[in-house]
Amino acid sequence: MTTATLPIHTKKDFQTDQEVRWCPGCGDYAILSAAQSVFAEMGIPREKFVIVSGIGCSSRFPYYMNTYGFHSIHGRAPAVATGIKIVRPDLEVWIATGDGDSLSIGGNHTIHMLRRNVGIKVLLFNNRIYGLTKGQYSPTSELGKKTKSTPFGTADRPFNPISLAIGSEATFVARSVDVFQQHLKETLRKAAAHKGSAYIEILQNCNIFNDGAWEDLTEKDARSEHIVQLEHGKPLIFGKNRDKGIRRSGFGLEVVHLGNGITEKDLLVHDENHPKANYAFMLAHMELRPGLPTPIGVLRACENIPRYEDLIAEQIQNVQAKRGKGNLDELLHAGDTWEVRP
Amino acid sequence: MSTTTIDVQRKREVIEKAVIRFCGDSGDGMQITGSQFTNTVALYGNDLATFPDYPAEIRAPAGTLPGVSGFQVHFSSSDVYTPGDSVDALVAMNPAALKMNLADLKKNGILIVNLDSFKETDLRKAQMTQNPLEDHSLDGYRLFSVELQRLTRAALKDVGLDAKSMDRCKNFFALGMCYWLYNRPMDSTIRWIEDKFKSKPQLVEANRLALQAGYSYCEATEAFQISYEIPPAKLAPGVYRNISGNTALALGFVAASKKAGIPLFLGSYPITPASDILHELSQYKDFGVITFQAEDEIAAITSAIGAAYSGALGITTTSGPGMALKTEALGLAVAVELPIVVCDIQRGGPSTGLPTKTEQADLLQAFFGRNSEAPIPVLAPSTPGDCFWIALEASRIAIKYMLPVIILSDGYLANGAEPWKIPQASELPDIPVTFVTNPEGFQPYRRDPETLARPWAVPGTPGLQHRIGGLEKQDVSGNVSYDPLNHEHMVRLRAEKVEMVANEIPDVVPEGAPAGDLLIVSWGSTHGAITAAVKAQIAKGNRSIGHVHLRYLNPLPRNLGDVIKRYKQVLVPEMNMGQLLIVLRAKYLVDAHGYNKIQGKPFKQAEIEQKIEEMLD
Repeated sequence: MTTATLPIHTKKDFQTDQEVRWCPGCGDYAILSAAQSVFAEMGIPREKFVIVSGIGCSSRFPYYMNTYGFHSIHGRAPAVATGIKIVRPDLEVWIATGDGDSLSIGGNHTIHMLRRNVGIKVLLFNNRIYGLTKGQYSPTSELGKKTKSTPFGTADRPFNPISLAIGSEATFVARSVDVFQQHLKETLRKAAAHKGSAYIEILQNCNIFNDGAWEDLTEKDARSEHIVQLEHGKPLIFGKNRDKGIRRSGFGLEVVHLGNGITEKDLLVHDENHPKANYAFMLAHMELRPGLPTPIGVLRACENIPRYEDLIAEQIQNVQAKRGKGNLDELLHAGDTWEVRP
Repeated sequence: MSTTTIDVQRKREVIEKAVIRFCGDSGDGMQITGSQFTNTVALYGNDLATFPDYPAEIRAPAGTLPGVSGFQVHFSSSDVYTPGDSVDALVAMNPAALKMNLADLKKNGILIVNLDSFKETDLRKAQMTQNPLEDHSLDGYRLFSVELQRLTRAALKDVGLDAKSMDRCKNFFALGMCYWLYNRPMDSTIRWIEDKFKSKPQLVEANRLALQAGYSYCEATEAFQISYEIPPAKLAPGVYRNISGNTALALGFVAASKKAGIPLFLGSYPITPASDILHELSQYKDFGVITFQAEDEIAAITSAIGAAYSGALGITTTSGPGMALKTEALGLAVAVELPIVVCDIQRGGPSTGLPTKTEQADLLQAFFGRNSEAPIPVLAPSTPGDCFWIALEASRIAIKYMLPVIILSDGYLANGAEPWKIPQASELPDIPVTFVTNPEGFQPYRRDPETLARPWAVPGTPGLQHRIGGLEKQDVSGNVSYDPLNHEHMVRLRAEKVEMVANEIPDVVPEGAPAGDLLIVSWGSTHGAITAAVKAQIAKGNRSIGHVHLRYLNPLPRNLGDVIKRYKQVLVPEMNMGQLLIVLRAKYLVDAHGYNKIQGKPFKQAEIEQKIEEMLD
């Protein structure tokens, strides 16, 4: 690819003339803005982008991006996108989806797209609620949550989307937060650079039906205590005074205070390319244990796994190299034939 | 009809046609035996039709009634329309097969049974209390009790196989006997054996020996006093092959892709009886065919929609239950106006129903099985070979009008086979494809005035970035619109677009009388039985009958209403409770009568004839 002739897009080039119809104050605006910025930086002509979505608030995303866009049906974006990516591996295919769309009705397509490692990037807008249908609980809602459809609280244990993605053999799994604009952009850049499937959970607020969905994590004072930012090759340190760290403890992790003989050298050093999935699982499950902070950033990035669409194309090339391009007359006459003479 | 010639040693009778059925346990290789016999008679030049009938269970307990598998071949020196109502020769490998199939054997018909499998335990498995070989219940047939197992083992004694492996060859012993009986050469089956087992020379040897032993057995023993000769049929000149409906569909789509100059993408989830199309197309990577075995039926169709959006011919293949799952996505294809072809290889229902048995009860599902107003063109092949032409035509319509098209085949067409005259690739119609590239004045829903098709604007084309989706579109701009009048306009436009397809549909011309007492209207796989019945009735002097067989079901041919009015009565035979009947009654206000068979089995010619006679009485 020659970079010299590439048109340079600005963020504005990715905006459409359609009025954005999310509720004022919705976290989706921040995600839209981050995506428009990062797409503009990528140096790829905008006609090469296709945004596919399902149903839900997040799935309106394609209408607001001046690229090719396909607003499909509930949960099916990964399957539509897979069809696109197999036929046109040269396109940048992104999915905008939500916790209901991707993890409930579309759970099956999500896990299969990830295991195949189709080169599609997924933006999961996780607000732990059904917004478009006005306030029912979602597969990521906390156990016991009272919602319109569960006035006495949910009995469902929630999904941890990161854990599900890792369990589906995803080759790139990351988490960011709608209000952490710089972190979000950085995460999107990394996802964009990844060749295979990328699954990015974006913790997002629904200020109408689930306001404060992630307040524990995003509130200014709590932020540094409740979140640990993962950086490849760096120890896991957090806290307002950056005086706490994470170290291994048996099969799990524990929080330690730096000082009193405990130094950075004792801490877990993040390796996003760790070949074993159980490393990423361990990080993903931190949030399930009280006292441990929630990790954000890239949890897992495996770069050496072939993309599905490339394997498919390769098979076709190999067969064509061996047999030549198909001849229709030969195909129709294949097998035993006989001639009836006039 | 037949003339008799005397062979040097035996009588060889020249006859017009014969129907033979091989039946046995699912593990006895009856489908292979039947296919081999079919290939041989096809290569000889007979016209033919086949009916493979097998259980849904892969291997029901050996020797039991549910495990019986059969393969019927009707071959003839004249035109063949059906696999035959009843059989002239029955090969039964065990008591269960005999019990399940004997009723279809003609009086005095040839009955070959494997004597070695009529021991007490075998009889018990078939729930028989008496041995039919001993109680004179088979006296009305020409019974040949042959020790298939012992004779096969004896023939293979030097090959070095264990007993079980030797026993697996006994179907070829039986096949060899049938080749002798109908004076057919063994060479094409021997070629097949050599190819099939090329990495296992021992099995090549064993199967070949078994086949030849069966042939020689008939030659050497006095048991068979007569053999038959069925001369080649007078088919139209050309090169022929034997083809099943599923293979023909697969080839039709490859041809369509080639003629359209765009890649073929099949999204599919395995389901009986459609899976063979996936198997077939997955071989054609040299044609650039992409086959995607999706995680479910919904992903199968939605990936095809994604592929169509990206400029491929997107197709998906399924059967009734899968069709039900694709419903919402079909509506999406209607809304986004992208060309996909959906093949429903119908089977008995509802629910899982009868997976391996045939039915045509998905017609109304194809017509109406979506939320809201979502019309889709529906086509149905009438014979296995016609599946090729229907695949080509469905693809052409989908691309020309930018819409989804449904093909309704069924289990009977899918697995049945017939000689097919192979067309030249150069004679096939071209399928013009235009991808819009000029951004000047581009609007995603600006329509071609002749076809009402919207432009096909493929991602990656500079300057054409646009958004499509399942929300209602504003006409022309394609922007989301909730405007009430626009919605009605769009609903009507989508319906009109489907109706426009009728401009290209040839007028129907009834077979038989152009007007008169009775018109039979049919569709799909009933073509053979009804055609044969109408010809027979006309030959019997009932000259006032006409027959219209529909390949286009939605929209219907423009002149159908006028044709219907020319007859006093209208009969609609269907393998359902009367679905086309509902459509015809509603559309033409005609007091048509249904004739319905819902047994998982095709109509017999005699059943149709009887109904015709009843109606004319």
